[in-house]
Amino acid sequence: MNCPDVRHLLEPYADGELDLVRHVEIEQHLSACAACAEQEKNLRSLRAALSSPALYHRAPPALRTRIRLASGPVPHGRRRLLLQRAALAAGVLLMIGASVTIGMLLSRSGPAADDRLAERIVAGHVRSLQVEHLTDVPSSDQHTVKPWFRGKLDFSPQVPDLSALGFALSGGRLDYLAERPVAALVYLRRSHVINVFTWPAVNDEEKPVRSLARQGFHIRYWQRSGMTYWAISDLNDQELDEFVHLFREHP
Amino acid sequence: MGRVRRTLDALPRKVPDLESAERRQFEQATLPHLDAAYNLARWLTQDEHAAEDVVQEAYFRAARYFASFRGGDGRAWLLGVVRRASLDWLAKRRAQAAVVYDENVHDRGDESSNPEYVAMRKCDETHVRQALDELPPQLREAIVLREFEGLSYQEIADVTAAPIGTVMSRLSRGRQQLQGRLASCAEGEAS
Repeated sequence: MNCPDVRHLLEPYADGELDLVRHVEIEQHLSACAACAEQEKNLRSLRAALSSPALYHRAPPALRTRIRLASGPVPHGRRRLLLQRAALAAGVLLMIGASVTIGMLLSRSGPAADDRLAERIVAGHVRSLQVEHLTDVPSSDQHTVKPWFRGKLDFSPQVPDLSALGFALSGGRLDYLAERPVAALVYLRRSHVINVFTWPAVNDEEKPVRSLARQGFHIRYWQRSGMTYWAISDLNDQELDEFVHLFREHP
Repeated sequence: MGRVRRTLDALPRKVPDLESAERRQFEQATLPHLDAAYNLARWLTQDEHAAEDVVQEAYFRAARYFASFRGGDGRAWLLGVVRRASLDWLAKRRAQAAVVYDENVHDRGDESSNPEYVAMRKCDETHVRQALDELPPQLREAIVLREFEGLSYQEIADVTAAPIGTVMSRLSRGRQQLQGRLASCAEGEAS
């Protein structure tokens, strides 16, 4: 690939929008061409400048309250339609309920169990964002966060420091999932929160990273060295993958 | 059926169970993305109070059209509604005070091209904010969705109802203009 070609694709490259082959081609070109590498560095420093949390406008709490109050009434005309749909939904739910119960009896692990857990992970994530209770121990220092869990849990979670890599540690929190207390590690990318829930796995099996999407949130989960990990965020897939990769690389 | 309907109509304004179920669904899909909604509205309207009104209006519209939401990414869907509400607000304001608005924009453009003013600015987030505020709305919106919300090109295309090629060109022009403005700040700092 020559320089004009690379320049043309530099932004999609930096945005992670290229297919793997072209991504690697550009990577190779950048390692050899100082001029193009400089361009790419400029893109990165612009991104860094834009990632200041101060630039992100969070919704005022009063607005949140108003929205909750306002989203209540369903417009008049839809009620009948809703009732019909509800009746239909109830029937479907009844059938699903029956099969889920059987499923639950049959499996305590596998896709169905992952699915149920995913719902709790989403609920835990949303809860942590809504109640202003993101962290019990607010600290960007892994040597503060890790010891804090001691005595509160029967395990010691891995707390990698990824600040230099663009994912700032924001703190830790105790949560309750999967019928047991778990550690929740909180990382920030720009102003997007990443919750990593972790607890001892039921077996020593190594499980690769799997992906799920629920309600606009992206989820990655895996099992390694006897620990279960669930990472969730509203970050895009690409950045969450990057985070998971770094998290696993930095014990 | 007819009888059921009459009974329904005779009910007071609320059908509590039903409403709360629908409402819970709606809130689950949209409330987690309130910050994203507000951030977009704020950057598009460039007005703190207008952003609140716009977001409220957007949630009202979203609730009304919730049936059209087929699951999936609640955030992209909501941001599309917020964007339309923001544009409506901007159009209304332009119609009300076209002259004042244009002069305003013109003034700010002059300031940023004044070398002394540029040299005075520091390369901090105040500067970045101003540079972003000075971008044309379509470029600003693309940058906000990509850099703040991390949306993919396809998602930005969906939210802004534009082809992907247009999204890429807007992002590219937006970045060039930002780099131009921020470069002058970096020089100002170095000297």
